Amino acid sequence: MKKFLSILLALALVLSLAACGGDSGSSGGSTGGDSQTSGDSGSTGGDSDSSVSGAAFKLGGTGPLTGPVAVYGLAARNGAQIAVDEINAMGGIQFELNYQDDAHDAEKAVNAYNTLKDWGMQLSLGSVTSTPCEATSVMNFEDRIFALTPSASSVATTEGKDNVFQMCFTDPGQGAKSAEYIANQNLGTKIGVIWKNDDVYSKGIYDTFMAEAATLGLEVVSDTNFNDSNSTDFSVQIADAQSKGADLVFLPMYFDVAALIFSQASTVGYAPKWFGVDGMDGILSVDGFDTSLAEGVMLLTPFSADAEDERTQSFVAEYQSRHGEIPNQFAADAYDCVYAYKQALEAAGATPDMSASELCDLMQQQFTSMTFDGLTGDGAGITWETSGAVSKSPKGMIIQNGAYVGMD
Amino acid sequence: MASLKITAKKNLSKTSRRNYLTYGLVILAFVILQAMSGSLSSSLKGMLVPICAYVVMAISLNLTVGILGELSLGHAGFMSVGAFTGVIVASYLQDTITIAPLRLAISMVAGAAFAALAGFLIGIPVLRLKGDYLAIVTLAFGEIIKTIFTNLYVGVDGRGLHFSLLEDKTNLAEGGKLVVSGPMGMGSIQKIASFTAGFLLILITLAVVFNLVNSRAGRAIMAIRDNRIAAESIGINVTKYKMIAFVTSAALAGAAGTLFAMNYSTIVATKFDFNTSILVLVFVVLGGLGNMLGSIIAAAVLTILPEALRQFSDYRMLVYAIVLILVMLATNNPTLRGYLDRVKGAITGKHSEKEAA
Repeated sequence: MKKFLSILLALALVLSLAACGGDSGSSGGSTGGDSQTSGDSGSTGGDSDSSVSGAAFKLGGTGPLTGPVAVYGLAARNGAQIAVDEINAMGGIQFELNYQDDAHDAEKAVNAYNTLKDWGMQLSLGSVTSTPCEATSVMNFEDRIFALTPSASSVATTEGKDNVFQMCFTDPGQGAKSAEYIANQNLGTKIGVIWKNDDVYSKGIYDTFMAEAATLGLEVVSDTNFNDSNSTDFSVQIADAQSKGADLVFLPMYFDVAALIFSQASTVGYAPKWFGVDGMDGILSVDGFDTSLAEGVMLLTPFSADAEDERTQSFVAEYQSRHGEIPNQFAADAYDCVYAYKQALEAAGATPDMSASELCDLMQQQFTSMTFDGLTGDGAGITWETSGAVSKSPKGMIIQNGAYVGMD
Repeated sequence: MASLKITAKKNLSKTSRRNYLTYGLVILAFVILQAMSGSLSSSLKGMLVPICAYVVMAISLNLTVGILGELSLGHAGFMSVGAFTGVIVASYLQDTITIAPLRLAISMVAGAAFAALAGFLIGIPVLRLKGDYLAIVTLAFGEIIKTIFTNLYVGVDGRGLHFSLLEDKTNLAEGGKLVVSGPMGMGSIQKIASFTAGFLLILITLAVVFNLVNSRAGRAIMAIRDNRIAAESIGINVTKYKMIAFVTSAALAGAAGTLFAMNYSTIVATKFDFNTSILVLVFVVLGGLGNMLGSIIAAAVLTILPEALRQFSDYRMLVYAIVLILVMLATNNPTLRGYLDRVKGAITGKHSEKEAA
């Protein structure tokens, strides 16, 4: 009898949760997977979904909405959702957005991609992180569904696929640009590097950074790494950099680990210049992280939330009012992706009743020829090479008083 | 004496009936899925090969956990060995053997062989010990394999295969290709795995496991599980039989790993971590120790379940966990079990006889 009761209790829990899941969908808090629950007129996202169905371009993307790097997936989804809502409100081209969770895993990303295909995705936002995107971009290529990934930066993502394009810099590009930036600005004489040796992203940046540093004559005195299973204690790496007198430490990694490095370095009184790449973006929104530790951290990122122009400011204001935090580069990249699609679709005269492969051909023509002006880049316009790689200039940023500020 | 003999005979026929039922259900599922392959959603279609791989993983782990009675927490390690070996062999043979299914078969055999070798090497020291040592060592093995593969570089060019650790020192000749590139894992894998190959692998796995269990060696293995001292006292070589079961299990996991890797264009070593081992163990425990059909069903259902729950968006994995708990409770509920047994009895028609006996 007792067991029967416990089963009954668990059943009740499932049912109440199911109700919960539906609720959160309609209230617009999570706009990712709720296309099935037909996001009715809640507060923020997805409310235009049902009304525009049939006359809208179906835009799908996968990203880590759960798990350790969920910050990226959520930021990209939120950024894209703002762009979609703005564009839909303008009239003209209409979009329907569907983001599916891939938990930063290639297998789940392929499943998520197939779910989107069943949904009728016409244009893809690829995947948010690199490893999943390498798997889904092959599917994009085989199925002839055009993809423009906001932030999957590895070279293999676009290599050999004529219909997969990137909105972010490639990893080698970031490594080389960082080395150039450090050398040109004379930021440091003795460089330390801490990188993650089981991560595609970190390794890609590290390799080209080291190659470029050698040609530019930068002196790398300390070169240490870690991996996923020992990414909590950095005393060895920090002590190595400190004892060898590195005055600038390059951290090609995601911000969650960097936050640990900053706090552990501060406990041993080591305060070099820290230099990160776009994965460092987001460090200010880590829960329970003392942002004063990130003071003076430099990073190379294509987006600056404190830019003066009107578009950036209105985007930041909108993002803040919806989600209560400053948008990072992932949100801006995803936002730009949607607007780039809008521009390309308008220029090509595409209509929502076209098939994915027809759209794919049109988009390929447009993206290799057009110049796009977005939130990211330095205002000189963004163009794409036929390989799918983007060409835009990075901005050097520094963290001051708990906010990202342009360095120059 | 006579009645005892009859019972034994009946039991035997019951086992084989159960085995045939398992084969039959697998074949039936394959035929049905093939017949409606046109109307399947791409989501389900995309999961068919991984399901086959997980089913083989679950059956092979069930051999270690359910039949041999040893806990293994590093089964994904063998999968990893199989995946990496298989892909390396497949890329090496890419130009020599152009028939994709044959290349896949050879890669699987190679994957199984290397996984078996790994299983044998671990088994030598560990299977001599009593207690939970196997769990600890296999856990460590999984981590070691993961670390090795994240630091391994393998290139293939006109002169053959080149290996290096920690740094890319393969110095490939013109036209060479880096198959395994350290943390980036294996990229641009040719996707030659198919549902048919997966189905055949399941059948082979079932045949191997059932025949092993029903053989003389299988009886010895189960005797060791039930009472090691008694088994030793009647002259069973404990280490040898443990080794047979463990190596077979590792080899099958290796073949599953090859199948799994060949279904994705990219595979990184961190995919086969502790979580994957535990996932497979969950399949086995949920399906029932020693129950192969249960393992198959559990692996298939638990692979589809997270995808089927996508409509719960952010609450997906929470619902998944609760469903797991629910199934555990339900399958252990005496009332429900009794009901299930009655249904099973009605199907096989042997219920009344058993009652009479």
